[in-house]
Amino acid sequence: MGEETRRGPVSGRTWAVLIAIGLAASAVGIALGLVIPWFPTAGSTIAHKIDTFWDVLIIASVPIFVGVTTMVLFSIWRWRQRPGEESLDGPPIHGNTRLEVIWTVLPSILIAGLCTYATVLLLDIQSAPAKGARVVNVTGQQFAWTFSTVEHGKKIQTNELYVPVGEPVEFKIHTLDVIHDFWVPQWRLKVDAVPGLTTSYSLTPSKVGNYQVVCAELCGLGHAFMRANVHVLPAAQYTAWVQKVTTPVGAAVAGAVSNGSTSVANVGRQLFISGNPATGTISCGSCHTMKAAGTTAQTGPNLDKNLAQDPASAIRESVVDPNKEIATGYAKGVMPVNYGKTLTKQQIDALVAYIYKSVHRR
Amino acid sequence: MAARLTSPGWYRALLYLVIGLAFTLGLSAGLRAIYNVDPVYSWQSWLTIALLMVPLFFLAGIGCFDYWWRWARGRKVIDDHADHGAHSWKDYFKVNTDHKVIGIQYICVSFFFMFIGGLMAMLIRAELAQPGRQFVDANTYNGLFSIHATLLIFLFVIPVFAGIANYVLPLMIGAPDMAFPRLNALSFWMLPVAGTIMMLSFLMPGGSFAAGWTAYAPLSVDAPIGQTFFTIAVQFAGASSIATALNFLVTIITMRAPGMTFFRMPLLVWANFSTSLLVVIATPFIAASQFMVLLDRALGFNFFNAAKGGDVLMYQHVFWFYSHPAVYIMMLPGFGIISEVLATRARKPIFGYRMMAFSLLAIVVLGFTVWAHHMFVSGMQNWIRIPMMITTAIIAIPTGIKIFSWVATLWRGVLKMDTPMLWATGFIVMFTLGGISGVMLAMVPLDIHVSDTYFIVAHIHYVLFGGSMFTIFAGIYFWFPKMTGRMYNERLGKLHFWLTFIFFNLTFAPMHLIGVQGMPRRVYDYAQQFATWNLIISLASFGLGLSTLIFLYNVIASWRGGPRAVANPWRSLTIEWQVSSPPPIFNFDTVPSVVGGPYEYGVPGAVHAVFKGAEVPSPVPAGAPTSPATEH
Repeated sequence: MGEETRRGPVSGRTWAVLIAIGLAASAVGIALGLVIPWFPTAGSTIAHKIDTFWDVLIIASVPIFVGVTTMVLFSIWRWRQRPGEESLDGPPIHGNTRLEVIWTVLPSILIAGLCTYATVLLLDIQSAPAKGARVVNVTGQQFAWTFSTVEHGKKIQTNELYVPVGEPVEFKIHTLDVIHDFWVPQWRLKVDAVPGLTTSYSLTPSKVGNYQVVCAELCGLGHAFMRANVHVLPAAQYTAWVQKVTTPVGAAVAGAVSNGSTSVANVGRQLFISGNPATGTISCGSCHTMKAAGTTAQTGPNLDKNLAQDPASAIRESVVDPNKEIATGYAKGVMPVNYGKTLTKQQIDALVAYIYKSVHRR
Repeated sequence: MAARLTSPGWYRALLYLVIGLAFTLGLSAGLRAIYNVDPVYSWQSWLTIALLMVPLFFLAGIGCFDYWWRWARGRKVIDDHADHGAHSWKDYFKVNTDHKVIGIQYICVSFFFMFIGGLMAMLIRAELAQPGRQFVDANTYNGLFSIHATLLIFLFVIPVFAGIANYVLPLMIGAPDMAFPRLNALSFWMLPVAGTIMMLSFLMPGGSFAAGWTAYAPLSVDAPIGQTFFTIAVQFAGASSIATALNFLVTIITMRAPGMTFFRMPLLVWANFSTSLLVVIATPFIAASQFMVLLDRALGFNFFNAAKGGDVLMYQHVFWFYSHPAVYIMMLPGFGIISEVLATRARKPIFGYRMMAFSLLAIVVLGFTVWAHHMFVSGMQNWIRIPMMITTAIIAIPTGIKIFSWVATLWRGVLKMDTPMLWATGFIVMFTLGGISGVMLAMVPLDIHVSDTYFIVAHIHYVLFGGSMFTIFAGIYFWFPKMTGRMYNERLGKLHFWLTFIFFNLTFAPMHLIGVQGMPRRVYDYAQQFATWNLIISLASFGLGLSTLIFLYNVIASWRGGPRAVANPWRSLTIEWQVSSPPPIFNFDTVPSVVGGPYEYGVPGAVHAVFKGAEVPSPVPAGAPTSPATEH
């Protein structure tokens, strides 16, 4: 320590060392903060901007944390009470106006800077959707999502979300019961689905892929399982998908379900895949995997495995009174209990027959 | 026996409890009969009325109202202080008017609920150790995290601070007791009532309340009967808070010893003054929010039924208008504790004392302007997000002043690194992290992504565990000799700190990461990609849970058989250390006179308070005994 005594003022050299340690530790901290893969894939045009903002926050925060920690550790290292100092007191320093002004003003400037950045970014995120942007209505209910949009004058309603890449979408979010929250982590935006309100946000998906809608607001028993698949498709594939779902076979759902004109098997299949949004019937396929229907959701048990041994009567019971018997590893109370009410007897018959036939194919 | 049933105590409390149950049954059935509701008997109706009224019967039975009742009837009231001070451990189970007894009652009951809430955290982590179902079903899981948060907020952090201040604050300002000792007793007894109601909800058909401690409507309105236990328990916890806060305010304003100006008050007193302002102004709002839910549930009001003109977002506004200030209610008293510990242990005056006091008041004022930052994704009007972001970020400035001033207090001190000091310095570092993630959360564009994720869980635990909990441990160890007259075990104390510090960080630091990566909070199950981190977190959390057992053992063993504590083991200047450990039943034999600031360490001959009748002390080293009162 040279001429510097341990309990004397801190020399310029020690300060230099302290600052060097602080800078080095901050550099390491910042590097670490920037290297860690914090975010999921950036899947919308604003995602990159939010990720960059995060980096700025890391760069601004790490030196503050490092500074406080360094000062605390240095004080303990240098000035902790040693044997023989039991009745020693420190110097009666009551304050230092200049220092207090500095540590009021500097954080204020930092805060002002960050708030300005955040405001500009938020206004960008909130900017009105482009004219003619595709509107997708998102409806949450315990514990599933329904998506509806209009393509070429035809309404498309699904339990999985399909959007084309690179085209702006405006989501209008509704709920049939309690509060839910529409969040696709890869897109970085979320907003609650609020009873009595229509909430919204718009964005432009920028990356083709399959993601998940995550319900981010506690909505009851099945909250953890309230997921829906998201398919961001290249424009051509999206058009093909629209074509497929708007052809008469697909469009027959609503009519078929209500007047029974189509074959029973077809009614069962349509109910399984698409449900009946008009009555709030969530499709089986939005939660269950079943090979014959081509559904792959994993919220509920895999029907090919779990119902393969069951007679039709047991399948009917599982549809109407799902809590009576629960598959191992799955929770009670997650599957809606309203199928007995929202479906007519003929519809239930058709659905049960279709499931029975599908899982017993082997 | 008849005497036992007519005089205050547990026998009469049980009798009144039974009378209360019968009375509410009659009331429920009678009202239903008048309105021609069929059937006349409904256990849910009875239960709801009983939850509201039976606690009052219990409180009357145990003896909270006896004095007031006699006085109100014009009877002769006896001021013989028979219910003041504890002469045996049994007195801690009775209504007592001594602030020191009430302080201990508060602290013990709060820690009881802390251990229960902590145990629930262990169950939560056990369930989350792996994806899929492990031990409990989704309903029980939702109940566990709801009651975990509710107990630790309403039955631990808030009341334990009230308990510590109850014990220490009157001593610190040279008062013989709190301003309203009987109100003080009533405040305490409402707590076990609230906690018992919360835990009883587990026994209900449909399970405990499971809508989170935030109890958002309409989920809470449609929930099974267990939810009613939350709405009503919060009323009792809230009433307790409000009464105590009024008591603190009046005590601080009117009962300071001669010479104790506001700027000679220890910062713990300042902190509780600020906290009490927050409590008195804000707590009625949560009471309102829960009464509205209760009315929706029980009587078919439509406050939160959108289909009938109700307003769902209103619940959140009213709720957060309390619950944001509540996070300062859970932090400011801790700030006070840290200032006491640091000044004494660093042997230095608090750096920038006046700014420390002003920044507390600044936080009180600003704390009321930021509630909607909990609602950035709630669907409220977009424009309000920017002003709320700015006010939220501004709170970092007074908070920063406090942190920097504490660090400057350490600078060139003579730092005694014992258990309370370890907790205090650990607090500074951990709370800085919690503060930083708080500023990040204030930034709307980021908050939109991370709200309702594990990033929030990480932040709240860095603030409430790394923040509040660390200060609580610091305070308990610091005043343990004063409260019990015994010294705690220093080695176990340090071990407790290091294990907690390490496992705390291992538990909560990774939650920042999985939150940003996209794991939502309050989920019973999660995607496979989060499995590794969740396992690590769960294992670390078990270590964290076990570390509290060291604390429990240390406290119990030291209380029973620790070495006797002297009056002022820390050579502190503040008044509570100038009387014996534990202090005499009425605190002071002679009224102290305050002659200087509370933290004049290192100033030759500096004294904070002198005792009239004692000789004017000749200059002595700071912190040395200054009065004969220490010889008790």
